[in-house]
Amino acid sequence: MSALDPVTLAVLRGRLEQIADEMDATLFRSAFNPIIAEAHDASHGLYHAETGETLVQGKSGLPVFVGAMAFAVKAVIDRAAAQGGPKPGDVWIFNDPYDGGTHLSDFKLVRPFFHDGTLFCWLASVGHWHDVGGAVPGNYNPAATECFQEGMLIPPVKLFDAGEYRPDIVQILQANSRLPGSLYGDLNGQINALELGQKRLALLLDEYGAQTVSDALEELKARAATLMRDLIASLPDGRYKAEDFLDNDGIDDVPLKIALAIEVRGDRMHLDFTGTSKACAGPVNIARSTAIASCYVALKHVFQDVPANAGVLVPIDFTIPEDCLLSVKAPKPVGGYTETILRVIDTVFVALAAAAPERVNGCAYGTINALSLAGHRKDGRRWVMFSFFGGGHGGHPEGDGLNHGNAPISTATIPPLEILEAAYPVRFTQWALRPDSGGAGESRGGCGAVYEIELLEEKADAFLFGERGRYSPPGVVGGGPAASNHFAYQDGDTWREPPMASKMLGMKLSRGRRVRLETPGGGGYGDPARRSPDAVARDVRLGYLSPEAARRDYRCAIDDRGEIDLSATEALRAEVGQ
Amino acid sequence: MSIKRAGRTVVGVDVGGTFTDLFFLNEADGSCTVAKVPSTRGDQSIGIRDGIGQRVDDLSAISTIVHGTTVGTNALLERKGARTGVITTEGFRDVLEMRRRDRPKTWGLWGTFDPIVPRDLRLEVPERVLADGTVLIPVDTDAVIAAARTLLERGAESVCLFFINAYANPANEQAALDALKSVWPNQHISVASDILPEIREFERGSTASLNAYLQPPVGSYLQKLEAGLRDGGFGGEVLIVQSNGGVMSVDTARRLPVRTALSGPAAGVIAGAYIAQNAGYPNVITCDMGGTSFDVSLVAEGQSALAAQTEIDFGMVVRTPMIEITTIGAGGGSIAHVDRGGILQVGPESAGSDPGPVCYGLGNDRPTVTDANTVLGRIDADSPIGGKLQKLDLEAAKEAIRRHVAEPLGIEVMAAAEAIVRVANARMAGAIRLVSVERGHDPKSFVAMPFGGGGALHTGALIKEVGLSRALVPRYPGVTSALGCVIADMRHDRVETLNAMLDDLDVAALDQRIVGIAADGEGLLDRAGVGFEGRDCRVELDMLYLGQTHTVAVPLPLKVGKDGSGVTRDIIQSAFESAYRAAFGRLLDGIPIRVMNLRMASIGLRPKFDLSILAPAPGLTKAAALKGTRQVWADGGWHEAAVYDRLALPVGAEVDGPAILEQADTTVFVEPDLKGRVDEFGNLIIERKEAAT
Repeated sequence: MSALDPVTLAVLRGRLEQIADEMDATLFRSAFNPIIAEAHDASHGLYHAETGETLVQGKSGLPVFVGAMAFAVKAVIDRAAAQGGPKPGDVWIFNDPYDGGTHLSDFKLVRPFFHDGTLFCWLASVGHWHDVGGAVPGNYNPAATECFQEGMLIPPVKLFDAGEYRPDIVQILQANSRLPGSLYGDLNGQINALELGQKRLALLLDEYGAQTVSDALEELKARAATLMRDLIASLPDGRYKAEDFLDNDGIDDVPLKIALAIEVRGDRMHLDFTGTSKACAGPVNIARSTAIASCYVALKHVFQDVPANAGVLVPIDFTIPEDCLLSVKAPKPVGGYTETILRVIDTVFVALAAAAPERVNGCAYGTINALSLAGHRKDGRRWVMFSFFGGGHGGHPEGDGLNHGNAPISTATIPPLEILEAAYPVRFTQWALRPDSGGAGESRGGCGAVYEIELLEEKADAFLFGERGRYSPPGVVGGGPAASNHFAYQDGDTWREPPMASKMLGMKLSRGRRVRLETPGGGGYGDPARRSPDAVARDVRLGYLSPEAARRDYRCAIDDRGEIDLSATEALRAEVGQ
Repeated sequence: MSIKRAGRTVVGVDVGGTFTDLFFLNEADGSCTVAKVPSTRGDQSIGIRDGIGQRVDDLSAISTIVHGTTVGTNALLERKGARTGVITTEGFRDVLEMRRRDRPKTWGLWGTFDPIVPRDLRLEVPERVLADGTVLIPVDTDAVIAAARTLLERGAESVCLFFINAYANPANEQAALDALKSVWPNQHISVASDILPEIREFERGSTASLNAYLQPPVGSYLQKLEAGLRDGGFGGEVLIVQSNGGVMSVDTARRLPVRTALSGPAAGVIAGAYIAQNAGYPNVITCDMGGTSFDVSLVAEGQSALAAQTEIDFGMVVRTPMIEITTIGAGGGSIAHVDRGGILQVGPESAGSDPGPVCYGLGNDRPTVTDANTVLGRIDADSPIGGKLQKLDLEAAKEAIRRHVAEPLGIEVMAAAEAIVRVANARMAGAIRLVSVERGHDPKSFVAMPFGGGGALHTGALIKEVGLSRALVPRYPGVTSALGCVIADMRHDRVETLNAMLDDLDVAALDQRIVGIAADGEGLLDRAGVGFEGRDCRVELDMLYLGQTHTVAVPLPLKVGKDGSGVTRDIIQSAFESAYRAAFGRLLDGIPIRVMNLRMASIGLRPKFDLSILAPAPGLTKAAALKGTRQVWADGGWHEAAVYDRLALPVGAEVDGPAILEQADTTVFVEPDLKGRVDEFGNLIIERKEAAT
């Protein structure tokens, strides 16, 4: 490491981040499918020439990719080595989730960056494509037992060979998708993003010299490691345990355990998932790379000032047992990976709460609730409405949890209901906050939501892929759990619930019938008995909380207008104190 | 100097957080003057009358007062609008609180959100319109009246009507409005489909409810302002600057106060575009550096870019066309620190103007960008600008930089001060790259124009950092926004959702709609009682390929008359294709095209004035403008810099860096490898030494 002056380091850090951010922005603007364009389910960055470690990653992409992409690049590095090494102008494309993380919908493009004939680093782009084949449109198949039912699986192959485009590859991809046009648009957006990264990085190297930039990248990694060590050292030594459960895998109705022990010793941290359930039949498995990426997301939510580079993981060790839920290999299905990584993140929050109560928050709603309604219009056109829904965030040291937020792994916004109603034959009959859904606490968990949808066409098929139907989002530091996820649908005049609580395929709806999704709130933070009766009364007055829940969870006597009975409240609270 | 009661005077007024700036143009003799007075918090109109009084004895000499106001902006940021109620569709009262399911920050889950209309003031009534405009459930007007009474009992001063899908058919909202008017005791009613008949319920509802929230405070402010002026003998027109850079009448502003959300900054960009265009540079990036933020805006070929919406604060979305301004947290008060990883950071945390930089001596002990500039000799500690302080505490600034930056980084204090400025410059350069390079513009064809108090210290460095051709420091950087008020055109925007496939679009109906909106716009221009030099009507469509979500703005080459606009399907198709090709390179053949929104702007062109009246008087000499020299630190060492009285420099004067040019409200620093030149309008053009030959 040469003596890089502090100004150059600070300036280069900003310039490098801007390159990755600009790659993100390019794809968001030109992408064809809303999952990238609106939900920002994509990511870009620069990766280490030999190891594939993340050097710099864009700030606006999907948080979970920040950890996962290093594995994807490493997979390409190994493939390239077997083929005699990368050449300028090569671009690999693949979606293998077992090597590269996440699920089949995420296509990665990886391109070597050469400077003066030497491999300087790798550039990569990942984006969630609309449809990659498999048994169901959109690729969330709750009934998958092998990845082959989830979509096509492409190993790292060359899309460009030394700059020469290979249209046959694109033809194969398009032939395997229900939406070949959308696929083509997104693929071109990703190619453009890599092209832009190439151009910007070349300019930067011309301006500062390869050695200086390379020194800066090394230094940034070292600083990130120092920063992470420093943060770990500020936690008390100890072993902090948490466990949580998935409802089921959609195939066998048995709960799946995620067990975590975080061991803090000095400036190192060990995350040990021993005791976690075995790999399951259904699609809630994840690969080891995905598991590590989700731990990274959790840690970055807690320690927000750590940068998005590999240095952060230097002082952290992982134990993830072979063939458990969190380390599966092909062809175990992984399509529902979001549910599992959300649960991993929750266990990290709960375990860390014992070590650093002042840094954590109650768990968020913990499920993306992928709901699909599909059918044919009178003129025969097929329609598919596929959306993810929101819920509450956990209470935290600075206040109550956010009502109706997005999932911690994503920055996606929800489409306006007017856009959905204009595009599909449905009408929403309710789009509201869900009372009594936030976990009790000194800081209350945020409210989840109620969405009720009525079908306006003759008939439709529906499926749901959710979680937290039986195990609700936990609170921390004495806070209570949130309400669990609840789904119901009308079969004729009868309201029914999915036998497996949060997952169901093959629901039939007819005109005028409805589905109703009530999502979890966030977990509470701190002892609810410490919440001021005035704050509880305000919650009742505003309808976030029922008088019954105020009495039960907060020991406050409040009528339905939000008027508080102080002496009755004192008596109730005294009862608990005894 | 004061203006006699003779002829017509136009006054531009920009009220900022600290100062109220005024620009006076006497249209009779073509003379102009400026004034600067402290802003009066609580009632800005007092400061305005003070400022006008400094230059005008008799208010009847004034024909027009054009006002960029922050009353609306401040009410939003400080959440000091009226107690507002919302009456909405059964099942949807939480739309405003649920937002678009987002969170304040990507990393960290500690967000909170308090909607400006609390839940018990959002009431539901039975009614429902479907996406195609069908009325499924007619509105229950008795329920509307009952809801209005409940809101009044709960203390609501203003009310917003906001029904689902009313953009597609406003019948239920209008019926509810009729019922509401029978019981609502004041004018403070906002109807969402009137204000923004555009698809997207949260954005429409948020904009409309924020409008209702602002109606009482902005309305009463404007009334006070007008009444005070009339009492003083003023008989002309008051115009208010909108966020889109155009002006509107006071009546329109009372009805649509949400359009003033970014009134102040918009006027500055308008002025920047005009000044640069006159100086021969139609491509300009304006840079406004204040105490806490750095705002940049790009003007290409004389046209500023408009953004469809902005988020004033988390969950506080205003969707009306507004001049696109990119803001980063880097200003004079931005605090420098070394983070836990040992990296120097500047901002976004700021000491603001109170307590302000360490050198102000008002209690802050963490070094800021202004402290670094003071230590480097670029700001004169013995006679600071702005007139608030007599002297800056140089030693305290040095000590803060030593402790918080130099020691943690292991470097000398002077190197640390320069490092702070360079890191701040790098952040500002990033913002400029964001609006230029990242939007496909070649920086070499742009000039940077600083305005506001602090920008001119940094602009030279910025042009080198980003590769811009040159910087242009206007003659009066401190009153740029007030000058912009004087030249801004009147403009009324209207957006309506069409949401139809191009192949199915009813072109005849669209033509009628265009003609109707144009006529409404003309009517608004007529009623403003302002003389225009000309009028313009712009028609634009938001379009996209089926399946996409981001639209492309497609200007239509139409000439709208009373009988028709001449619009055809072919015109729309080819306009879309050229707009799409320009944005993304190539067309996507075979994919159907959708027309989402119709956007129209009715523009009344207000007279411009000849900027050469700002030029330095004849007979000045460079020698007489030289005030002395000062030691300035740059590029790792001390330099002897010439110090000039900027306003005393003659046209054509050339100043080699390193040099400092001082004027009442701004200090310009010309770096050692740059040189400055005074153009015929009195602007200072800063270029590289080698490029300038």
